Amino acid sequence: MKARHIAADLRIVSRTYLRNPVALFFSLIFPIILITMFGLIFSAVGTGAVTLVVVNEDHNPQGGPTAESSAFLAALNSTSVVNVQLVSVTPQNFSTYLGQNDYSAGLVIPAGFQNDYLNRTPVNLTLYTNPEDASSTGTVVGAVQGVANGFNLRAVCSGTSCAPTIGFTTLNVGSQVYKYIDYLIPGLIGFAILTSPMFSMVDIASSYRKEGIFRQLSLTPITRAEWLTSRIVWYVGLTFVTAGIMIGAGIFLFNAHVQLTLGLIPFLVVGPFFFVSLGMLAGSVAKTPESAALIGNIITFPMMFLSGTFFTVSSMPMGLQEFAHILPLYYVIDGMNQVMLFSNTSRALFDLLVVLIGSVVVFLLAIRLFKWRDE
Amino acid sequence: MSAAIEVEGLVKRYGTLAAVDGIEFSVPPGTVFSFLGPNGAGKTTTTEILEGLRHATEGEVRVLGLDPWKEGAALHRRIGVIPQDFRFFEKITPKEAIEYYRALFHTRVDPHALLEQVELADKADARFDTLSGGQKQKLGLALALTNDPEICFLDEPTTGLDPHARRAIWAVIRTLKREGRTVFLTTHYLEEAELLADRVAIIHRGKIIASGSPAEIIRAHGKPARMSVEGSPALAAYLQMNLGASAVVEDGKVSVTLSDKGDALKVLTAIEASGLPWSSFTTTQDTLDDVFVRLVGQMDEGALKTEGTP
Repeated sequence: MKARHIAADLRIVSRTYLRNPVALFFSLIFPIILITMFGLIFSAVGTGAVTLVVVNEDHNPQGGPTAESSAFLAALNSTSVVNVQLVSVTPQNFSTYLGQNDYSAGLVIPAGFQNDYLNRTPVNLTLYTNPEDASSTGTVVGAVQGVANGFNLRAVCSGTSCAPTIGFTTLNVGSQVYKYIDYLIPGLIGFAILTSPMFSMVDIASSYRKEGIFRQLSLTPITRAEWLTSRIVWYVGLTFVTAGIMIGAGIFLFNAHVQLTLGLIPFLVVGPFFFVSLGMLAGSVAKTPESAALIGNIITFPMMFLSGTFFTVSSMPMGLQEFAHILPLYYVIDGMNQVMLFSNTSRALFDLLVVLIGSVVVFLLAIRLFKWRDE
Repeated sequence: MSAAIEVEGLVKRYGTLAAVDGIEFSVPPGTVFSFLGPNGAGKTTTTEILEGLRHATEGEVRVLGLDPWKEGAALHRRIGVIPQDFRFFEKITPKEAIEYYRALFHTRVDPHALLEQVELADKADARFDTLSGGQKQKLGLALALTNDPEICFLDEPTTGLDPHARRAIWAVIRTLKREGRTVFLTTHYLEEAELLADRVAIIHRGKIIASGSPAEIIRAHGKPARMSVEGSPALAAYLQMNLGASAVVEDGKVSVTLSDKGDALKVLTAIEASGLPWSSFTTTQDTLDDVFVRLVGQMDEGALKTEGTP
């Protein structure tokens, strides 16, 4: 592969792109419109019941939860303002776990809870909340306080001591609250990584073949791999610009909280690498420009909506969540969420590895199947 | 010196259809070779095989001593190609297009000089999608010359162009020949072949039906030259009796077949000597166009008869 050929072709691509007002609109203006539109529509949407993640350390001799701890959690669930979700995490790692998984509330029921409660010995729960999320903090504190008061009252009425037995200490969750706009930024960067190269490359693959431009290029020393690489390099550059615009618009217009770490860069590189190659592959297997557009749309549209672009995958029904895991864009967006929001390096690396392997496979397939002379 | 292009027993089949059916020819270096034929005759298929863009079903093809299919990359550095209806990146200017090819071929050609050569210098900075058909073909020609090619393949380079643009392309082709390059010109304009080509091959239904210089082909397949005067059947009878020449009367014109150019003077002298009234004489000779139409027509008739035979 010769850098001189790639550089020469890159000059052609950039001039073609920069002289196309439609392409410029979709690269520079459309991202701002998109983020503003979705930001305005969804920034005021409420979240419903608050998820309260619980670690229950109070076990009976058989290893199951004790009756009183279960009753306490059932009472919390019945308030309808919190949704109890049990997890198996050590209390020491609980705060980190909450932060990395974007939970804003957590509760630890300590070992001996039932024993202490029944013996009227004061017992202390640990409640994790996020002070930046005032509404869910208030909801969770109110719910836990209310249920604890009910239990204390029952203890007073049925026992000899009137002192409250169940109390709780409030600690801060090791993360901040994420708003819709925070998720929207990685989602829309992913949207741009998908749509811009896919639609463009599918069109180019079929139209250049029809117009004889590939035939023309086949008579020059540039190779298919060099030609495709120059497109990848161009879209990587374009993705950096688009991502910059989206992040800037999100921060300045909606006060989004995203981390601008170097960890974002690999995703802005492998994402276009994957989708430029996939677009070329889709355009190459199609016999006509019409069938190329159809194949492109069939591939693009499910990914456009189900990979966490406009809505988080965790908010979708379980079946669709499972489906999302077979979509390459899911790993691009999830990876960006991990580095921009949750600082979860190991999961980001996993996502990156999935996309990278996929990119290499699709690139090699595209090079193999994309012919520019009739064989 | 070995031939620039050598073709032996070339066959290209698409399923059961033989688009090219066992053709043979060779093109000496530094000559203009014109490949003539009606649409669908097999011209473009043959040209693309020579350029290494299509794989031959059978036969031997050598271009500059190379196998175009197996040694395409090496060959492409030494040939220039302008396809039918040349298309390029729409937003790119002729100057940028040449710079692009210059970088790919790693040559030092001056874009301005090249555009001057094809008479496109005034459009050096105009975008491709604003160029006329003739200007686009000129750019195709300029790009085909970027790598200083030994052979130029020009596939119907003037189709659809106005007379002025066509003549400009012809001028470039003459320059290429003067520079010692071999030109392989595919066309269905007979006038173009007659004007430019040293040698011509006429292909029809995948077979070469005539080849040689335009004059040789006309001599071999054309009708003899004729002289016509406006005159009476009596004049025709006089000429037949006195010259022994075949004279026919048609639409008030007496036509006499000439076996060589000296016959023209004899015929005129005899006409004058007859004392019969006559006026306005003309001489006519078959052109390559006439020969082409006749040969193609004969072959089509033959094919129809064969198809009609039970």
